[in-house]
Amino acid sequence: MYLAAVFLPLLGGIVAGLLSFVPDGGDKDRKHRIDRAGQLVTVAGMLLAAVAALITFIGVAGGGNTDNVEIFTWIASGSLELSWELRADTLAAVMVLMVTVVSSMIHIYSIGYMSHDGSIPRFQSYLSLFSFFMLMLVTSNNLVQLFFGWEGVGLMSYLLIGFWYDRPSANAAAIKAFVVNRVGDFGFALGIFATFMLFDTINFDTIFGLAEQKKDATLNVFSGEFHALTVICLLLFVGAMGKSAQIGLHTWLPDAMEGPTPVSALIHAATMVTAGVFMVARLSPLFEYSDVALTVVTVVGGTTAIFAATIGCVQNDIKRVIAYSTCSQLGYMFFALGVSAYSAGIFHLITHAFFKALLFLGSGSVIHAMSDEQDMRKMGGLYKLIPVTYVMMWVGSLALAGIWPFAGFFSKDIVLEAAWGAHTVVGQYAFWVGILAAFLTAFYSWRLLLMTFHGEPRADEVTMAHVHESPKVMLIPLAVLAIGAVFAGWLGFDWFVGEKTVEFWGNSIFVLESHRALENAHHSPLWVKFLPLVVGILGIALAYLMYMFAPGLPHALASGFQRTHRFLLNKWYFDELYDRIFVKPCFKLGRGFWKAGDGQLIDGVGPDGVAATVLSLARRAGALQSGFLYHYAFAMLLGVAALVSWFLVTGG
Amino acid sequence: MPDLVPALPEIFLAVMSMALLMAGVFQKEENAGRSVSYLAIATLVVTIAIVGVVADGRASTFGGAFVTDGFAVYVKVLILIATAAAVLMSREYLERHGIFRFEFPVLMVLAALGMLMMVSANDLISLYLGIELQSLSLYVIASFQRDTTRSAEAGLKYFVLGALSSGLLLYGISLVYGFSGSTNFDALAQLFQAGQSPLGVTVGIVFIIAGLAFKVSAVPFHMWTPDVYEGAPTPVTAFFAVAPKIAAMALFVRVMVGAFGDLGDQWQQVIIFISIASMVLGAFAAINQTNIKRLMAYSSIGHMGYALIGLAVAGGAGNAEARADGVSGILIYLAIYMFMNIGAFACILQMRRNGRMVEGIGDLAGLSKSNPAMAVVLATFMFSMAGIPPLAGFFGKLYIFLAAIEAELFALAIIGVLASVVGAFYYLRIVKVMYFDAPEEGFDGPVSMEMKAVLVVTGVVTLFFFVWPLPILAGAGLATAALLPG
Repeated sequence: MYLAAVFLPLLGGIVAGLLSFVPDGGDKDRKHRIDRAGQLVTVAGMLLAAVAALITFIGVAGGGNTDNVEIFTWIASGSLELSWELRADTLAAVMVLMVTVVSSMIHIYSIGYMSHDGSIPRFQSYLSLFSFFMLMLVTSNNLVQLFFGWEGVGLMSYLLIGFWYDRPSANAAAIKAFVVNRVGDFGFALGIFATFMLFDTINFDTIFGLAEQKKDATLNVFSGEFHALTVICLLLFVGAMGKSAQIGLHTWLPDAMEGPTPVSALIHAATMVTAGVFMVARLSPLFEYSDVALTVVTVVGGTTAIFAATIGCVQNDIKRVIAYSTCSQLGYMFFALGVSAYSAGIFHLITHAFFKALLFLGSGSVIHAMSDEQDMRKMGGLYKLIPVTYVMMWVGSLALAGIWPFAGFFSKDIVLEAAWGAHTVVGQYAFWVGILAAFLTAFYSWRLLLMTFHGEPRADEVTMAHVHESPKVMLIPLAVLAIGAVFAGWLGFDWFVGEKTVEFWGNSIFVLESHRALENAHHSPLWVKFLPLVVGILGIALAYLMYMFAPGLPHALASGFQRTHRFLLNKWYFDELYDRIFVKPCFKLGRGFWKAGDGQLIDGVGPDGVAATVLSLARRAGALQSGFLYHYAFAMLLGVAALVSWFLVTGG
Repeated sequence: MPDLVPALPEIFLAVMSMALLMAGVFQKEENAGRSVSYLAIATLVVTIAIVGVVADGRASTFGGAFVTDGFAVYVKVLILIATAAAVLMSREYLERHGIFRFEFPVLMVLAALGMLMMVSANDLISLYLGIELQSLSLYVIASFQRDTTRSAEAGLKYFVLGALSSGLLLYGISLVYGFSGSTNFDALAQLFQAGQSPLGVTVGIVFIIAGLAFKVSAVPFHMWTPDVYEGAPTPVTAFFAVAPKIAAMALFVRVMVGAFGDLGDQWQQVIIFISIASMVLGAFAAINQTNIKRLMAYSSIGHMGYALIGLAVAGGAGNAEARADGVSGILIYLAIYMFMNIGAFACILQMRRNGRMVEGIGDLAGLSKSNPAMAVVLATFMFSMAGIPPLAGFFGKLYIFLAAIEAELFALAIIGVLASVVGAFYYLRIVKVMYFDAPEEGFDGPVSMEMKAVLVVTGVVTLFFFVWPLPILAGAGLATAALLPG
């Protein structure tokens, strides 16, 4: 079952990939049949995988069936031994279930969304292959397989962001995503090396078993002694920051919205970007022994949560708003991990996957209806025209804003309570920025809803006339995800973070006795429990005030606080900063190496210089050949004379 | 009455050359050339068989002046093959130019006779006789196309400079004889066993080296080569580039190693010098050439430079194994050199446009389009000469360089490798011209059967030497063992 859940997407992806090479010979019907086959095989693969994943999940989480599935030995070199192996514990099973369900919904949705596209099998193949890599990532039982999945999803993300490769902006975004992730992956790889150095293995079971022994070990880095586990955890966390778009390495995520919307939903909301969160949770036995690393995780998470939320408030591209929202929600997950409430972080990850995928797909439905318009300033007044999508967006937004009884309410509350319950300075920091971010989250969510669906239509008449509700094949996945967005919270609460949490997670998450944030969360004061809901409602109210009742207010605010507004609109100038610090100097350096180093020095002295010397020597050698007999005879005699003299001086 | 059996091949060749002359004289003029030519080839082939039959260890005759051994057999076979191929390749050219006289094959046979004598010489006098017999024949055929000034000039230049070199050689011989009292190689070797020699002998050796260096066209005695190669009729150039080079190099080895082997300390430096000078000049001077025959002249100067590395190694006292590797390196190199050059000249002989021979490298432009098969074959030879693996030329250089490294002559090996890099330029330029330059008009067709045969045989050997190198390697090994016993 477990194997089926992981490898059916691979099979579907390969078949669809091969189908994309089948020539259609310009025949429309034939092309249509190929497209259909590609859709069918990938959707079937994903749905079957989802069923298999459900059975596995019940087996693992319910029955405690935690036998790992070893496929075969991958590397056996010296003390480095590792296998392709599927790890069977609750953490992996939960992730597998979430990935397969969300992915199959998005596969189905894509049938409708991409129906006008020219290369459907390729798209479906990428989606399925992405799902396979993601599943390899979450089921890995060692760091190298994790890295394999990690790079695999990175690759598919690159290919999918640049899926419309004839758009320069899509290519640029794909490259940006790839390059920024390389920075994170560099840290990740170093972390793997350091782990191997310290533990002499990279298999999770052995590492986790040895972690306590090694808690005081030190590593010698650049002739300085450092706490080994802190070094490892921070390096690995750099990788997580890259993949999960945390502040500093977040710049690729908004640009990644260049990809088709189902891609944004699957990769850049529900699954891949949460890989960093998953990785930290998976390595909880290591992070638990490094207070420094946990503190860093908390601070980075909290800062990202508020930072992304502020930007989300002023963006006008519907997908970018949701992208920054994702960034912000990932921050929530990270600070939950940072206060040792791993289960709360994963809980938020799961609920978020549903409602964020829902929001993305909903916005995709809007974009579809608006003939590929993404700017919210050119929307408005759509709620009567696309009522189902409107309702779905409401559900997603309510969940995101954390309104009872939607999923986000439960998970966001527990995350914030855990931050409070950590009883540490950074915990307090995370709690308060979390509250503020919750307010902003609600605000920008309703800003999005109101700008898109209410008010006067701001699009031209042709577009408005063409607005239509999406086909059923797109609406059904929305409905399924909406069910998740509504119920995942209170269904999962007890299991994930409530009374049954210990038996549910088994030994897949490790928390030190002294880290009692989650315990304390359940006993936090009433005002802590209600504050997120209150600020959420306040945020909604403010949005109504500004975008419904006093439409002049946003503009007045923007011109009143011009600098702040510009600062937010330009995303805290991160891109400009990086451009100035890294990109431009790199270009300069590269140009320098190219023109001066390669062109003048190497080519000049090397190939060109040698060639010039050879040519001039050749010309001189040729000039010796005068054609006159007496010259030749003279040369011979001269040669003999020289040789004899030499002989007499040296040999004789 | 001396034992004639060891000299049977030479005697047969001498008698047959007279018979061929008679056969030519008593035939109608218009088909005399052709029939004598085929008879000459048959004679050469039969001679190869006789060489093989009489080969039986080391045997000397004529009072020790003539010797036949494994070394001689190996080199003689190469010379006879090269001569036969040259006769075969010359027919078409000579017929087209109306100079297909029966004297031509006879002169070739006489030259071959001289070369065999050189290879078997075991005395300074027989050495000189062999060289002169060979050279006189070559002077004549160099100017065989005597109504063109270029051919006449080539013959004349070759003759005058050849006479000068003969003079140097004779002077050296007389010095050696005067100071040692013997001209026999064995006696000389006995005399210098201790590694000591009177000053006169030392000077004599230098003069002998100068004379022989002229024959192998090593720098600084190479000046005749480009002019003669360019001026002589192309089949003659093809012949010059191969058989006399092999004979002279073999003779060089036999004199230096056989007679003066224990004086290696003295002459090794000189050989190293002329080897380096030849490699470098061969590499650089060829670059600016536009005439392919001149280019081949410089190419052969360079190749002789590489072969001389082997001789320098063989001059190193002490390390017997390295010396043997040096000698066998030369022999392998010569065999591969022979096949590559015959093939390359067979291609050059096809460069005929509108009934006239063309010799410019630019005339090869676009050959890959107009005659793809020939372009492939010529490219193979060029790659091989440049020393690109896995072609034969690479292995020739490899064995030579390995021997040099074994003998710790690192500077020589390094300069050799660098020179071959520079040399690769002009070989590859021909490939570039054939494949990437705008096509010229195609060459006249069709390629005759005998040319096709020559191209196929040499091409196969060059291309597939690495598959079955044993015949050449084993032959070279036996020949080396004969020259350097123990």
